[in-house]
Amino acid sequence: MALLEVKNLEKIYFNEGISTPAIRGVSFEVNAGEFVAIMGPSGSGKSTLLHILGFLDSVTRGEYRFDGKTMDDYSQEEIARIRNAKMGFVFQTFNLLPRTSVLENVKLPLLYSGIKESLWDDMAKRAIEAVGLSHRLEHESSQLSGGEKQRVAIARALVTNPQVIFADEPTGNLDSKSGQMVMEILQRLNEDSGHTIILITHETYTAEHAERVIRLYDGLIKSDGRVDHRLKAKDFTK
Amino acid sequence: MPIKYSVKSAAKAITTNKSRSFLTILGIVIGISAIILIMSIGRGTAKLVLGELSGMGAETIVIRPGREPQGPTDIAQTIFADSLKSKDVEALKRKSNVPTLADIAPAVIVPGSVSYGGETYRPTIFGWSADFMRDAFNINPAEGRFFDESEIKNMADVVIIGAKVKRELFGNADAIGENIKIKNKKFRVIGILPSRGQIAFLNLDDMVIVPYTTAQLYLLGITHFHEIVVRATDPSVVDRTVRDIQLTLRESHGITDPAKDDFFVVTQGGLVKQISNIMSGLTLFLSMVVAIALVVGGIGVMNIMLVSVTERTREIGLRKALGATEKDIMMQFLLEATMLTLIGGAVGIILGAAGAFVFPIVLSLATGLDWSFSFPVVAAVLGLGVSASVGFIFGLYPAYQASKKSPMEALRYE
Repeated sequence: MALLEVKNLEKIYFNEGISTPAIRGVSFEVNAGEFVAIMGPSGSGKSTLLHILGFLDSVTRGEYRFDGKTMDDYSQEEIARIRNAKMGFVFQTFNLLPRTSVLENVKLPLLYSGIKESLWDDMAKRAIEAVGLSHRLEHESSQLSGGEKQRVAIARALVTNPQVIFADEPTGNLDSKSGQMVMEILQRLNEDSGHTIILITHETYTAEHAERVIRLYDGLIKSDGRVDHRLKAKDFTK
Repeated sequence: MPIKYSVKSAAKAITTNKSRSFLTILGIVIGISAIILIMSIGRGTAKLVLGELSGMGAETIVIRPGREPQGPTDIAQTIFADSLKSKDVEALKRKSNVPTLADIAPAVIVPGSVSYGGETYRPTIFGWSADFMRDAFNINPAEGRFFDESEIKNMADVVIIGAKVKRELFGNADAIGENIKIKNKKFRVIGILPSRGQIAFLNLDDMVIVPYTTAQLYLLGITHFHEIVVRATDPSVVDRTVRDIQLTLRESHGITDPAKDDFFVVTQGGLVKQISNIMSGLTLFLSMVVAIALVVGGIGVMNIMLVSVTERTREIGLRKALGATEKDIMMQFLLEATMLTLIGGAVGIILGAAGAFVFPIVLSLATGLDWSFSFPVVAAVLGLGVSASVGFIFGLYPAYQASKKSPMEALRYE
């Protein structure tokens, strides 16, 4: 069974009597352990799709199943728990808490996890180590570079060891070198730890780190296929 | 989310915008310090007043002319009323009329100053009975003697002066036998009161006492009294004595309807009750004013919390995306509002206590009365409870708003 199943999914926004279709009937499946890039120009519906996949938004028509169940099968509390335990989010704008240390930022999902507090520090430190920022543990988010901030965000997405990581334009605000490093981390998480990665991007170069690319255009899937010459992750920590 | 982290997060939010947090809680600080101040000063005043009243003696009964004052205009008619006369004193003295009367002394108040040589001083001048005063206050002259009944009868021009009056007019010189002038009339100093300070609202040190007959005739030119002071044989018979006094005076004044009484009787117990009523009424009124201040303060808190929720929309979205439930978000903002007002309450208690500590010192210096400071523990606990409740109640709406934010909308918010 696929981890993510999307069938004839439509999303229409209604605002002051005007309906704007964002997704106009898409279907695809993502298996556990896949690294899928969803590509498309701005306005193609890719961010909307990611929000739906991350249980942050509901569907208008059609069906989306995560781990075999739709959003309607869960209560609000259960959805929160699923987002916490099974999903990790990385945003274009990092969304780190200001005036808060790297360690505390990475611990944030653990606060809502129900995991024993005594384990939190170790879990957070392990996640920070995985993104190569152990030396920045006590630094505040404002003292970090853009690339480092995004790596903290990845560590935060990783800390509860989720099944899938949703990354919304994670390199959008980064220079090419930092972007490369972030992509290599995501790739490594996919290859070494088996995390499913759903990446939203409009850059072909970034999408080529994935093994599969779904191209969206005007809310419809234009193509869905394997990447022929996938970019390889380097061990950036070395 | 464990409470430790909620508190940490709330503390961070509060300290991030220190000046805004300070301005937000200002209303609460003022409200709570007002509670503490009112409670403390109210208690101090009550203690002082009741202490003074106990100096009056439970068996002491004061009869005043006119209707019992119900308001400021009635007080004026009391001053000008002339219904208490010598015949009333005679009637009250009769054992058959008031069997439980131990002693009686009419009194008149003489406005004016006293002078000796080039010195002039403005004390409280009373026309009274020295013997009655000795028994009522349990005092004896520090120097010289008190005037007696025969001197009252003969309207002798003798005077007893308080310790401070003596100091002001004579300094360290001997005063006994000297003549002082009251309203340009000569009076011979025959006794000096012991230095006792304040008893029953009278500052003995600041008093000048002449026989009431002399004061009536020579100083005021009146035939009535400003009050008649009676002592009952025992505190337990005060009520009965009051009743007998009322009946006697009604008969003496030809009054059949008690509603038309042209005199009224004041007892220590009655005064205590009256003052307690006034104090609790005043406290209630002021508490209501404070309650309004706290509501206004609470609205300020709500306003700022709503601003804070809007400002932190992205943070709310992030927390929700990372697994926070609506309850978690609600708790976070509620705790923040409650902590904010609780800090306001604590600061208010400290400021209120400081004010309540300084105020009696200033009052004591200004009035010469012995005002005391007492920290109102109950009010402090109440203050903390009230301030926390204000934060909780006025934080509910902003917290609810925060909890209902859609994570996706919140994350998009610029």
